[in-house]
Amino acid sequence: MVHEWALAEAIILYIENQGVKRGRKLVVKTGALQSIDEEVLEFALRELIKERGLEISEIEIIEEEPLLKCRTCGYEWRVDPSSMSQDVRESIHFLPESIYAYYRCPRCGSIDFEIVRGRGISEIRVEDRD
Amino acid sequence: MKTVIEDPRVLKAIKNLESPRSVYLVVSSKGGVGKTTISTLLSIASSLEGHSTGLLDLDFVNPSTHIILGLDPRVIKYIEEKGVKPYRVFDNLYYFTIVSYTMDNPIALRGGEASNALWEVLAIIRWNGVENLYIDTPPGIGDEHLDILYRLRRRVKPIIVATPSKLARRAIDRLVDILRETGYEEILFIENMGSGVLRPYAEERRLLYLGFIPYLSRLEESIGSIEKLLNEEVFSYVKAIYKNLRSLIR
Repeated sequence: MVHEWALAEAIILYIENQGVKRGRKLVVKTGALQSIDEEVLEFALRELIKERGLEISEIEIIEEEPLLKCRTCGYEWRVDPSSMSQDVRESIHFLPESIYAYYRCPRCGSIDFEIVRGRGISEIRVEDRD
Repeated sequence: MKTVIEDPRVLKAIKNLESPRSVYLVVSSKGGVGKTTISTLLSIASSLEGHSTGLLDLDFVNPSTHIILGLDPRVIKYIEEKGVKPYRVFDNLYYFTIVSYTMDNPIALRGGEASNALWEVLAIIRWNGVENLYIDTPPGIGDEHLDILYRLRRRVKPIIVATPSKLARRAIDRLVDILRETGYEEILFIENMGSGVLRPYAEERRLLYLGFIPYLSRLEESIGSIEKLLNEEVFSYVKAIYKNLRSLIR
């Protein structure tokens, strides 16, 4: 699972696009549905920070637990990617919307549900120096 | 700095699509006009001319390019290398479809979800080394189209596929209007299941007419086999269209 590199590049492009060149800490909130390998993501971020000449010393990755909500009956439920089969987990890792091919509302059976949170990268923040 | 995220994937998508020399967005105002068949055959024609070519199926709800290519979703595997490298169909034809993740199970995506899937795919798939990229899209104009048309304006060239049906004419007009209003001056046009009757229309609307393909009843029998498709009459028409495309787009 090394598409973390592509996500890291997107994060760095985003920071640069915001005009940020330095800061104390980079905080990234990821969604657990994507089963991001935090070590790989952090490694890629550090490499890219160095390569692009940015000055950011700390990296914090926060994982957000997924929450799904049925649009038909309103039921909310959580899913644990670690309990998924390898194939399904890997598909959702690359493309979280793949979940619609494998899941339905556990209460009413509807396929019309939404990912309320925990889908993918939901926040990128560079905290200033103290 | 504290910012609620816009979407970092858009920036990465733009970067990924800087790699191919030409990126064609194949669109239609209505379904059933042969857009998917034409996207697929154009990508094959381009690759057989010796150009490294990509085919990207962005019809998430009804992906079907793999059916034309005769590929079982289970054999379509991608290489992970600083992102995802598309599947090599043959020699220099590279391919990405969502079915390798969904295993062709039905998925119903609302607009926002389709947009999310779109940006995720465009951000992670690397088209390095690909010269011509053909993007097959769902019929009509939905969120995925608008996302691409607005955000990737400088990178994509739209190709409209249309049939000469009178019912479709007004729908083509609307599609052309939307493209013009979005800022596209150069719009390519292919007439399918016709005889050239849409050429005056295309000229009147300042569209770059690439040619026509007549209705060919035998085509259906060759869907699913690249080898058979190459021997079909349709492919000679597609090759002529491809030639026109190359001469118009430098």
